[in-house]
Amino acid sequence: MADLRELYQQVILDHNKNPRNFKKLESANRTVEGYNPLCGDNYTLYVELAGDVIKDVGFQGNGCAISKASASVMSSITKGKTREEAEELFAGFRRMVTGSGSGEQQGPMERLAPFSGVAEHPSRVKCAMLAWHSLHNAIEGEESTVTTE
Amino acid sequence: MTAATELARGQTATYDVERLRADFPILAETVNGRPLVYLDNAATTQKPRAVIEAISHYYERDNANVHRGVHLLSERATASYEGAREKVRAFINAASVREIVFVRGTTEGVNLVAQTYGRKNIGAGDEIIISAMEHHSNIVPWQMLCEETGAILRVIPINDEGEILFDEYEKLLCEKTKLVAIVHVSNALGTINPIAKVIAAAHARNVPVLIDGAQAAPHTAIDVHALDCDFYLFSGHKVFGPTGIGVLYGKSRLLEAMPPWQGGGDMILSVTFEKTVYNALPYKFEAGTPNIAGAIGLGAAIDYLSAAGIENIVAYEQALLEYATDQLAGIPELRMIGTAREKASVLSFVIEGIHPHDLGTILDQEGVAVRTGHHCAQPVMQRFGIPATARASLALYNTRQDVDALIAAIHKAMEVFR
Repeated sequence: MADLRELYQQVILDHNKNPRNFKKLESANRTVEGYNPLCGDNYTLYVELAGDVIKDVGFQGNGCAISKASASVMSSITKGKTREEAEELFAGFRRMVTGSGSGEQQGPMERLAPFSGVAEHPSRVKCAMLAWHSLHNAIEGEESTVTTE
Repeated sequence: MTAATELARGQTATYDVERLRADFPILAETVNGRPLVYLDNAATTQKPRAVIEAISHYYERDNANVHRGVHLLSERATASYEGAREKVRAFINAASVREIVFVRGTTEGVNLVAQTYGRKNIGAGDEIIISAMEHHSNIVPWQMLCEETGAILRVIPINDEGEILFDEYEKLLCEKTKLVAIVHVSNALGTINPIAKVIAAAHARNVPVLIDGAQAAPHTAIDVHALDCDFYLFSGHKVFGPTGIGVLYGKSRLLEAMPPWQGGGDMILSVTFEKTVYNALPYKFEAGTPNIAGAIGLGAAIDYLSAAGIENIVAYEQALLEYATDQLAGIPELRMIGTAREKASVLSFVIEGIHPHDLGTILDQEGVAVRTGHHCAQPVMQRFGIPATARASLALYNTRQDVDALIAAIHKAMEVFR
């Protein structure tokens, strides 16, 4: 059970059950489709960019607990951040879930720590990364479909 | 205790499941510190020692190219390779080894038929009938053919249980129909299709029928003569043989009339720059050095299945499937996808509040290997309005204890997600 709880931490289960910002954003000026063909995770990410700042984030769709919780936490944590700050979080999160990071868990990264268990499950990295890849594309200004394949 | 439940416990004289399990070295593996409970047999089956040893023996003692050398090893390799073809012939009761073409697997076999028989005989406005429960491998090759030729794909609908609507099928059959291509046993639902009836109805209109037998071969006796099917396909790795080898059975009359697929060595009788004469069946369709070890491994797997007795396996698996179905039905949050009256091996399901992918990860932590996802049958998922299922699939070495471990692991997942 210990191993399971490492992956499925309470924070993840909670965000899965009650995802934050789980709505279509009428004010969005960036919309990106994210799709993970392996398990059928399918989300639409809405971002309202005001100059260099992410003013608001919302998402809708379906998928596994890891992908949904990741999208939920991502949406909360990046709201109000500059593009550059968001990109740093994206890079830090990727290092953490792919197990290539130094375990940095300070500042805003602390709130992403519940996902550190993903590194032990290579097949689930795509689930965790899906929303972040979508955000990355959104703030890079690409209206597109992200797939994790 | 009924005979069926006795069988499910592996306690009869004819079926000793523990003895069979001992033939599969991998079943002694542990996963995450727990004994392996392998329930992903529809994806691929494990290999008995006899298969592993047949392949080793070939490489250690007989390895040479086939059909060419006059030296002893080449003769031995050829005898083993062609011996495997005869085993396949007997396994599916084909009339002649000329009708047994070795391919990489079921997928390659469908593509071969589409690109040879299909391109020659199916044109603009012609229709190909498939069913709504096909694996992508029996959809996409036909779509490619349709795109190329202007032919049209027609789909037999299925009901909520996952059975084809036979009336609808009969309505689809018409003078434009040039081929019916249908799965024998569905990999996503477990449905056993009434293929004898499907074939008879098509033949009444002179339409040939291709059967995708990938999931049927390990769970049912196959008799292509009795079925009178025109093409039958299966994969070695799903019948306890190696990957990379499979079988295309075709009636010799049809195979004779088909153009070759790939050109190269072994598929020719003579080559000049002016004219090439193709080889006889089945070699016309086996260009290049074949998967010799794979065929020999498949032959060993067929020997293994025959020794265990396909009728015994069917009876044992049916009882186990019934037990597993009852156990899963005891979980109120669980919805079975695929509840056909005639089923084999497959238990596909979703659980309220738990995405199949999360379920799969948690089961794996408990040592239970299942498949989660769309099972290469996305139209089936669309039909049932779900993105994915978890799928447990049984084989001849699974036990009630395996099913009990699955149930316990599902309960654990539900605890985590409560």
